[in-house]
Amino acid sequence: MSYKVLSVLLVAVVAAGCAGNKTKPETKIERGTTASSQNSASTAGTSVGAGTATALPGEGGSGTLDPFSDPASPLSKNIIYFDYNSADVTDIDIVNAHARYLAEHPDARVRLEGHADERGTREYNVALSEQRAYAVKQLMLFQGVRPAQISIVAYGEERPRVYGHDEASYRENRRVEIVYEAK
Amino acid sequence: MRSLNKVFLVLVLLLPLTTQAALDIRITQGVSDAVPIAIAPFAWEGAGAPPQRVGDIVMADLKRSGRFEPLSRDKFAQPDPRPDNVDLFAWRNHAIDYLVVGKVIDNGGGSYNVQFQLFDTAAGRQLAGYNIPASGSALRMAAHQVSDLVYEAIIGVRGAFSTQIVYVTSQKGVRNSYKLQVADSDGYNPRTILSSKSPIMSPDWSPDAKNIAYVSFENNRSAIYIQDVTTGRRYRVTSKRGINGAPAWSPDGTRLALTLSESGTPQIYVLNVATRKLTRVTNDRAINTEPVWMPDGQTIVYTSNRTGKPQLYRISASGGSPQRLTFEGEYNSAPTVSPDGKKIAMINGDGGRFRVALLHLDTGETQILTKGRLDESPSFAPNGSMIIYATTENGREVLAAVSDDGRVHQTIVLEEGQVREPDWSPFLN
Repeated sequence: MSYKVLSVLLVAVVAAGCAGNKTKPETKIERGTTASSQNSASTAGTSVGAGTATALPGEGGSGTLDPFSDPASPLSKNIIYFDYNSADVTDIDIVNAHARYLAEHPDARVRLEGHADERGTREYNVALSEQRAYAVKQLMLFQGVRPAQISIVAYGEERPRVYGHDEASYRENRRVEIVYEAK
Repeated sequence: MRSLNKVFLVLVLLLPLTTQAALDIRITQGVSDAVPIAIAPFAWEGAGAPPQRVGDIVMADLKRSGRFEPLSRDKFAQPDPRPDNVDLFAWRNHAIDYLVVGKVIDNGGGSYNVQFQLFDTAAGRQLAGYNIPASGSALRMAAHQVSDLVYEAIIGVRGAFSTQIVYVTSQKGVRNSYKLQVADSDGYNPRTILSSKSPIMSPDWSPDAKNIAYVSFENNRSAIYIQDVTTGRRYRVTSKRGINGAPAWSPDGTRLALTLSESGTPQIYVLNVATRKLTRVTNDRAINTEPVWMPDGQTIVYTSNRTGKPQLYRISASGGSPQRLTFEGEYNSAPTVSPDGKKIAMINGDGGRFRVALLHLDTGETQILTKGRLDESPSFAPNGSMIIYATTENGREVLAAVSDDGRVHQTIVLEEGQVREPDWSPFLN
């Protein structure tokens, strides 16, 4: 197997402890490298560590980086924000990145958690937050994600990320969070 | 993992309840024509100190209603009036219209008798006299029953002091900590009936006050539960895909109106609690939610955004065409129907300011009752005299109450935490 070297991280130093082991690569790392659309130079057979191309169980073995934790990858972002009273998705790139991943990994599943800011009444806000989650779901379905891969929960204003009563806080709370139940 | 989302039920058994108030009630506005009344300390016929100061409780109840102005004890015409020594002549022309005297008799073994008399001091005659038996911790509720009877004798409307409220609490900045609590309507004896790491919403008392229906987000999804208030036993009644929300007991206690979005958008359904049969009520592509019942048990009032923004509508519980009710203001939601069915309290939104308003069904007039800005969840007292609701004060979620004519205002502050989603119980006795 060849492993793309995406970047060198301190985490790779840990690989020194397992130098020489030919361990079965962690499924999610393998998927991460093949699904990535990033154009990293492929250096098959090269690894950081003790000279053998290996991968560790867990994240980030041998210089291969899990795109979900790579800040440069849109997959590392899992929150979509919305304007007041709106269910229009503007963070399209983030949705698309996750949609692509899901389309290429039919066993992966996400839970879309919809949220609203605190203004207005609570059950009505549950409904608004569901509209937001549905909008994200629709975009994903358009890109070949299967309905069984997506579940939705609408939290309304019940689970704010921030507790202020100003517009800046409200903007942080009007969101859909993409939570992986299986990768 | 399931264990991380485990819900811990606190069973409410016959524990001795403390008299500590977790809620502190401040009257922010009373009426200028409040009835002047003197409430004497109730004499205690028993050993040691009395377990409750019944006279103080009655005084606090009547003052809290905003409709009475109790005389301070240092201004009494008699220093220690009791049923056996009351001198009505001394109280005539003493700046009050009414006098209450009473006593608590200790029968031993935790059994008491609360006796009181209400006098019209101007006319110099007794208006009412009652004996109320009570045992153990129910003595405090017996004091509230005294308040109810005094209120009814003078105001002409049944009092709602011996009632309870249910509400949701959480801690600001502490995630995954939600509680459902029941307290006496004066805030005393709060007890947790559900603790959860997931949000709890929309508690609703059954008409016989034995059960509370609510929404819980355990297991990363919403579901509606019915829980026995005394035993803590509960069962789940719906757990469909999508929203399960806004449960509302029908007046006869046999059905729940609720919101389900399994059809694609939130719609109103009626669930027969015994048979679990679901009947769909609304049928369009809008958001339809927050159903409540008219007293006839045949009509449902609910919130719909079918014209773009939320407004209130009425519809037959067996389905049909909705009839719009609200025409003032860009946003009207969260209806609650008065016990006599003549008024609907709701939240009216206007330029980002959300206030409690009253829709008078006979005239169609909308009357704003509060100043907002973030008011929500109004609920009528069972005698229709007050509306409890949730608001934000100094960045903190608290409960408040306003009289149905808008003249009396109170704030109810929990000692710690954020409080919301109150529902006032029916009459308990």
